[in-house]
Order: sequence, then structure tokens, then C-alpha cells
Amino acid sequence: MKKLMKVLAIVISAAMVFSLAACNGLGGKEETTDEPGTLAQAGTVAIPKEEIKIGVLHITSIEETSGYTFAHHKGIVEMKESLGLKDNQIIEKDWIDDNDKKATTTAIQELIDEGCHVIFATSFNYMDTMEEFAAKDEYQDIVFSHCSGYKSNPDNFNNYFGRIYESRYLAGIAAGLKAQELETPMLGFVAAQDVNNAEVTGGINAWALGIQSVYPEAKVFVSVTGSWYAPEDEGKAAQALIDKGCVVLGQHSDSDATQTVAEKNGKFGCGYNSDMTPFAKDAHLCAPIWNWGVYYTKAVSEVINGEWKPVNYYEGMNVGLIDLSPLNPDTIAPGTEEKVAEAKAAIADGSLVVFDDSLVDNKGNKIVGEGEDGRLSDEQITGGINYYIQGVELL
Amino acid sequence: MTQTPLTKKASASEAPIRIAKREGLSSRRAILLRLLTFVMAIVAGGVFIAAMGQNPIEAYKLILRGAFVGSQRNPLSSIQATVIIFVPLLIVSIALSFAFKMKFWNIGGEGQMIIGATFASYFAIFHSDLPHFVLIALMFFAGALGGAFWGLLPTFFKVKFDTNETLFTLMLNYVAIYIVKYLETLTSWRARAGFASIKHFEDNAKLMKIGGVHIGWLLALILIVIAYIYLNHTKQGYEISVVGESQATARYAGMNVKKIILRTMLISGAICGLAGMIQVSGIDYTLSTGMTGGVGFKGITVAWLAQLNPFVMALIAAIFSILEKGSGVMQSTLSISAAATDVLQGIILFSFLGGEFFTRYTFVFSKRRTDK
Repeated sequence: MKKLMKVLAIVISAAMVFSLAACNGLGGKEETTDEPGTLAQAGTVAIPKEEIKIGVLHITSIEETSGYTFAHHKGIVEMKESLGLKDNQIIEKDWIDDNDKKATTTAIQELIDEGCHVIFATSFNYMDTMEEFAAKDEYQDIVFSHCSGYKSNPDNFNNYFGRIYESRYLAGIAAGLKAQELETPMLGFVAAQDVNNAEVTGGINAWALGIQSVYPEAKVFVSVTGSWYAPEDEGKAAQALIDKGCVVLGQHSDSDATQTVAEKNGKFGCGYNSDMTPFAKDAHLCAPIWNWGVYYTKAVSEVINGEWKPVNYYEGMNVGLIDLSPLNPDTIAPGTEEKVAEAKAAIADGSLVVFDDSLVDNKGNKIVGEGEDGRLSDEQITGGINYYIQGVELL
Repeated sequence: MTQTPLTKKASASEAPIRIAKREGLSSRRAILLRLLTFVMAIVAGGVFIAAMGQNPIEAYKLILRGAFVGSQRNPLSSIQATVIIFVPLLIVSIALSFAFKMKFWNIGGEGQMIIGATFASYFAIFHSDLPHFVLIALMFFAGALGGAFWGLLPTFFKVKFDTNETLFTLMLNYVAIYIVKYLETLTSWRARAGFASIKHFEDNAKLMKIGGVHIGWLLALILIVIAYIYLNHTKQGYEISVVGESQATARYAGMNVKKIILRTMLISGAICGLAGMIQVSGIDYTLSTGMTGGVGFKGITVAWLAQLNPFVMALIAAIFSILEKGSGVMQSTLSISAAATDVLQGIILFSFLGGEFFTRYTFVFSKRRTDK
């Protein structure tokens, strides 16, 4: 039997070699028949609404109920409904590990093979793979759009994100007032990534600034899980913060574990991505949330109309891309509503800048902003915040 | 054996069923049993698909289509992607089989791959101006060196202090991951401040391609033959199996057991390191914690299912790759959860393993003794 198996194995190996060799031949032929310039540049030609296909890469499950992927999936569904697209025009790939290049490449290739005209990749580490695909001559007619990164090209690849730190600041006000009500100047933060990740660290700093605006002596302790989605670790980190004495917890992590642990301990918290009140109604104050549908609808309708431009998208509360979830009346401290509304209005009219010229890191260094009036520039915000501000410390 | 009467007597008071190794199984029967296993595995998976309210035949068709049939504009994309999954899995399986043949439980394929990749990445990041072939050759060498180093660490402690290599190799996987995480924080390695990811390789440090896929596939196929010959037709290969059967016998025969163990793990680690280098230089073009895709663990299954035969490993790794690539397409086409496709793969694998068990072992029902 061993011999037979061996023969079988050899035959299969040989078949693979030949098929690959054949691939080579075919590949060459294809290139010669494919005249350059026959592909219309992405975004320049209108695509009938009935024919457009949209591909999406998600890092966790689309069946998840409150976190990051939930928010993106909800945005995609909103886009589908508001543009009147059919189910089979949207292809969503979930559980694509953004640290696994092979899985990312395969998933993007499959979306291309399915005939997608637009591909949205929702997690940071998809970035380089998206860039490579976008650079290929044969895919110049496809729009590649990447969330939360910093790369783009002038033809068919852009990135999109939002000023979530504005909502984080508002959530910080609610958190600070709650801690003040409890007379405990100790707050905790469950962070998916360490200080080197600007998206997470900027969020922590903004939350802390919000807290300090109402409760100056409050301290924020940070516990890092090292993973975007790890409900068990998030719960453990939350518990460790509570054990340290923290009474209100914030989070930048993709599940609602932080909030449910806070509730179990009779503590309070600010969620993230979606309104987490239904999952921890006795603990949750409010959450910075994303309305990704705003961007997805805009981008896809531009593609349909042939008016898409490779411009990076970075918006905030002004267009409704981000927001603060409704304040939970059962948990917030008195006066929260007024304070939050006041700050929200001040952000909207420009009189309040979250990252202004007063930033000092927790080692005492003054942060020099490169933007207007010494505030942080957008570039510094998206990629340069790798320090905790004063009052923020690692657990 | 002298024990025979003893066990016979004991069997009367033993459990009524015991498990015994099948002996004298004809090869035709063994093949038939394995084919049956394969069919059973597919059927078991089919039942699960049906339970989800999908048509199993359609689903399997989708898997095959997803693994082999590309799109109109790129007819080869699917098969290329399948090969990309296949290559590291096969190489690592072969690497592990060296250690397993010696009954050395190398559970550290992941770590050896990562450290190999890290060594190779050093040259890709800091010496990318070298001539292409020199650079690639250096990266191959560095990859093998890194993997060998990571494989030899636990082996050294094994032969010196008889530490438990299963735990040691396993834990080193996590050390390797954290080394990469540490590198992500260094200015000289990371791509850009504020983001934890390592620099992207220059084109010069990328592996050349044949047939639209990096040359790793060719190396993997060559490796099958080399490994087969080395393990079955050389003195060193023979030494490995003797040590695996019984270290005492090996010692009686005058073999230097420690040296053989160290040498074999050097090879095992080095091949894992090569797989790591091929992955970062052929596919990822950067170093990351998720670069292995779990093949260091999947390889263990492949190696044992193939009974450590490199040719059969190629077959089994191919089946796994087809399943993995194809089920991704099935997932998005039928819009079922990716978790369900994992369950499906698990069921099929489990059926395989179960079938293997019944092929190799049999139940013996002991009869009541009717002694007077």
C-alpha cells in the first residue's frame, strides 16, 4: 500500500508541476493579448447600479454584535439599503487575520475574481497588501479603499478614517464626571495595542483630556491586550484595572468584554464602536461610535456615477461619520448631558480643539504641534501619537 | 515473548474490549480503508453543510472551484493562491518529520519559522543594496541559520539536562512572536512611527517567481525528494530511525545519540527557518507576527497523517490547501460565517484522524474464558 500511496503522491506532485508550468505559459499569453490602455481608470467610468459589485474584508465576524466589525458591517448594510443594491452585489469576507499576509492576499484576490469594482479593507495591516494590488497594471479599474492606514496612490487607492478622538473626548467628559461623582480619581483603559499605535494611543489621550477637563486630578491607567479582538484578554485586563481601584473603564478593543466586566464589578465604562448599553445597561455610560455607512454610501455612489477620486477621507462629527452614542440616563452623573452638549458645540464651532498646544507627555516633555496655532496636524494625529499624555500611565 | 501467558491470564479480568495494533493488513485493504475514510470525511462534512441549510454538493463544488478556477481576467489566481498555502505547509511538515522520526517532539515549527524569517529580514531591511542573487542567497542562509538556532536551543537543553522538548519548543514559539513585537517598536525596523509594523522589503529582496508563484514551490518539490532519500536511503537517515525506535539500541550499536539528535534538530529547525524566509521574501514582503499562518501546528497533523512519508505529506498538504483556499470562497459565496468553514475543516480532519485510527488499530473483544 505504501508503494501505491507513493505512486499516487508522485502523480499528484507531477500534476502540480505541470499545471504550474502551464500557468506560466498561459500567464505569458494573457499578457500579450491584454493590450495596455483597454482598462478604464478606476472611478472614471459610470457603472450601472445593477452591475456594481462591492467587496469587503473584515477582521472578525460579521455576526458579531457590538464591536468594530459590527460597526463596519452595519455601515455596509446601510449603504446597500440606501443605494438599493441586492445582497449578491456585496461580498463580505470575515475573519481575515490582518497579520496573515497569505490570508489577506487570498481574500483580496478572491474579491477581484468575483468581479468586485470596489474593495474596502477595514483593518490596519491590510494596508501593504492593498497597496500592492492597487499598483498592479491589470487592476487599475478597481477602487481600493483602506481604513485606518496612511498609504494611498494617486490613481485607484485611498484611505479613510475619522476624527474618532472628538467623540472620545466627549466620552471622557462623561467618564470624568462619573469618577468625580464616585469621588475616585482612578480610571482605566483597555487598549488593543501598545503606545506605538497612534490610533489607540491618540484615543486614550483624547479620552484622558476629556476626563481632565472636568476632573483635573484624575488618572488613567492603561492595560494593553496586544490584540484587536480578544474578549477573554479584554475581560482580564478590565478586571486587573478594577482590582487596581479604577471605577470607570474606557476601551479600544473590539468586543464588549470591558463593559460586561465593569458591570459585574458594579463599576462603569465607556464602550467603543457601537452603543454598548444593551450589553451592560447598569455600567455603560456612552460610547464613541462610528457611522461607517456615511462613508460607504458616499464612496460607492461616487463609483456608480463614475465620479470617484483617489482622495483620502478623514472626517468627523461634522458629517456624522462619528458620534457619541446616547447617554445612558441610568448611569451618568448629573450634569453630564449639559457638559457634553457644550463641548460638542464647541468642537463643532472650532472653539475647542482636542489636541491643542497645551499637550505634555507623561515624562514631562512638551509636545510641539505642527498644525495651526501649535495644535497637532492631522498627520501627527493619525501617525505621530506614540506617547501618553500627563495623567496617563501603564498599569 | 515471555509475557504471553501472563497477559492471557490477565485478560480474563481485563475490560471486555481492548485496542490492539492491526497486523498483517494487506496493502489493498489498507488503501480501501483509507479511501473509505476519505469518503466518510466528505460525507460527515456534507452532513454539517446540510445542517446549515446548504446543499452539500454545491458547497463542495464551490470549494473545488475556489481552489482551482480563477476569474476570467485572471484564470490562474485561484490555483496560485492554493499553491501559496501549500508551499509553507509542506516544507514545515517535512521539517517536522525529521524530528518526529527520531521521536523528538518538535512543536516549535512556528517559532523556528519566525526566527528564520527574522534573520532573513535583517538582510532584506539593512542590506537591500546587495546584488539580487547575493542578497537572496544570504537570506536563504540566514533563514536556515535562524531556524536552526531556534531548533537547537531546546535540543541543547534536552541532551544536556534532559529537559522536556515538547514544552520547551512550544514556549519558544511565544518568545519568537514577542521578539518580532519588540522589533516592531525599533525605529530602524519599523515602517513608520505610530504604527506597529515592520518595514516593507525592497523589490530586490523579493523572491523570484516561476509561474506567477514564488520559487518556493519548486524548492518544496525538490525537498520532498531530498527528504525521502535522506530519511530512507542514507546512513544518517537510518541513524535517526534507530534513535527513534530505541536510544539504548542506538547506543549499543555505537552511535553517538546526542550528536544525532543535535544534527537532526539542526536540519529540522533549518528547514523551518527556510520556510519562514520563503514566506517573508516570497509572499509577505515584511516580517509580522502572523506570518506563519499556523503551519507550524498544522504541519504536525500533516506529518503524522502521512506517517512521515514526504510524498504522502505532499498529498495531504495538497488536500488541506485545497480545503483551506476553497472554503474561503464557499464562505463568501454562500455568505455563511467563516467560523462555520473552520468547523467544516475540523470535521473533515477529525474524520481523517478517526479513520487513521481504525486503519492502524482494531478492537479486540475478549471472550469469556470457559476454563473448567
